[in-house]
Amino acid sequence: MNAREISSAIRKGETTAKDVLENHLTVIQDREEEIHAFNLVMTEEARNEAEGIDALIAKGKDPGPLAGIPVAVKDNICTLGIPTTCSSKILDGWRPPYDATIIKRLRDAGAVIVGKTNLDEFAMGASTENSAFGPTRNPLDTTRVPGGSSGGSAAAVAAGFAPLAIGSDTGGSIRQPAALCGVVGVKPTYGRVSRYGLVAFASSLDQIGPFAETVSDAALLLETISGHDPLDTTSIIEPPLDLSTALTQGVKGLRIGVIDELSGGAVEGISDEVLSCLDDAVQALTTAGAIVERTSVPSTVYGLSAYYVIAPAEASSNLARYDGVRFGPRVDAKTTSEMMVATRTAGFGDEVKRRIMLGTYALSAGYYDAYYGKSQKVRTLIMNDFANAYEKYDLLLSPTAPTTAFPLGDKTEDPLQMYLQDICTISSNLAGHPAMSVPFGKGIDGLPVGIQVLAPAMDEHTMFRAGAVLEFSNQGQA
Amino acid sequence: MNERISRDDVAHVARLACLSLTDAELDAFTNQLSNILEHAADLDALELAEVEPTAHPLPLVNVFRDDEPGELADREKFLASAPQVENNQFKVPPALGDPS
Repeated sequence: MNAREISSAIRKGETTAKDVLENHLTVIQDREEEIHAFNLVMTEEARNEAEGIDALIAKGKDPGPLAGIPVAVKDNICTLGIPTTCSSKILDGWRPPYDATIIKRLRDAGAVIVGKTNLDEFAMGASTENSAFGPTRNPLDTTRVPGGSSGGSAAAVAAGFAPLAIGSDTGGSIRQPAALCGVVGVKPTYGRVSRYGLVAFASSLDQIGPFAETVSDAALLLETISGHDPLDTTSIIEPPLDLSTALTQGVKGLRIGVIDELSGGAVEGISDEVLSCLDDAVQALTTAGAIVERTSVPSTVYGLSAYYVIAPAEASSNLARYDGVRFGPRVDAKTTSEMMVATRTAGFGDEVKRRIMLGTYALSAGYYDAYYGKSQKVRTLIMNDFANAYEKYDLLLSPTAPTTAFPLGDKTEDPLQMYLQDICTISSNLAGHPAMSVPFGKGIDGLPVGIQVLAPAMDEHTMFRAGAVLEFSNQGQA
Repeated sequence: MNERISRDDVAHVARLACLSLTDAELDAFTNQLSNILEHAADLDALELAEVEPTAHPLPLVNVFRDDEPGELADREKFLASAPQVENNQFKVPPALGDPS
């Protein structure tokens, strides 16, 4: 059953939140040891929440749109009193003193939070291999990575551990794992979902979003977590999204541009099997009545370079707070400064150290203009190019990731190769625009391919229209 | 090995970032950071003199709440997360003077 069916059955009294939860816990019991989607399965807490939902139903009250749906939450989102590790040793044993806003929204909507999912340490990576607690494996082929950084959330949905999951996306960390695991993943407009309680990586790029098996379920979850939050100063002052009409509206008459640079043009490394699925997606949208043509968004070519200066620069500042003074473990030393060095050196993994140093370098005297200043200007170019493209097109289209899921260990020795996984997704974060990945077709190895639908800021509605059509067409072929 | 960033630069940046690296780590990071910065050098091809920088996707304005007394954060809860506490304050090793 998908999420909407579960919620409906529970609200009608056809099943109970307890039964739904126990079914999912059984699936987790069967496969979690092999997959390692979770840093923590919250069995007891989830059982209490499910009982609470069933008690509400028994009293004739409506628990909300997510009534009794198990939801897995990325472990960089704060949960009151429950360990939140960011898959880093430097937060070992830390229990947040507050809940993230989205945790409150999930509970208010009746969701049952089933666990905290594994990620690349501090969300830095594209394979979930950078976790201090070991990698997550792709449920469709356990020799492959699930993508990252929200690999645990993507794998949890793909393995049937939970019909819905929450991730965060700074450069593709929801969309790329969604593509590699064959599920739907959405990065909303920057500011659409409150970041209060999301552990910061790169504050001008980070955005929370949903994973689901279906486009309709992703819409349901996004509706629930979106909307203004006074606790996040970058939260957009808008009511929660209502995407209900988007799912059945179709794409007739929509103008859709395929980004040439990311679809076999200037950017190398997009595999033939992925491009072949993109061609089929174009055909499907055309058949459904959209006007689809190739177009150029030239500066997307430079997105990767700009991103890998801007994101580390912001990270180097955000991660300065991990100093062994206020939270997390401490490595003792004679002086405060020696204690801080010892704590950070022992607590951070290699990728986090790499990005902190890269960002510190890019911001340091003598190099600021050459790297950070220049990258901020490229960010302007990307926003301008998108603005030009959206004068002609309602939506843009590209692959989500350059390849299908790759083998564990394939890219761990070469950070730049890992970064190239984000080539198609990064520009949306730099611009603050929404984008979603929808499974469409399979590679020659039978692994799923994701197609990315990009939309201008605030237009999730039109984006979901195309997402729903792609899903419908893909299911027709399966 | 290309030389976008020198071994000494990496050692300097590590000090600024409060990280301690072994010799082997210094070599590996120097090589990897050089490769990443080499890739970023493709931006040198762009004409950017007339382009304004963008720091943030939203046109941010300062947000103020009404100046009304609210609930205070629970001091105990926050102190409970700290590695060492004394007299209701975070405790650290000596920051000034001779530690010995």
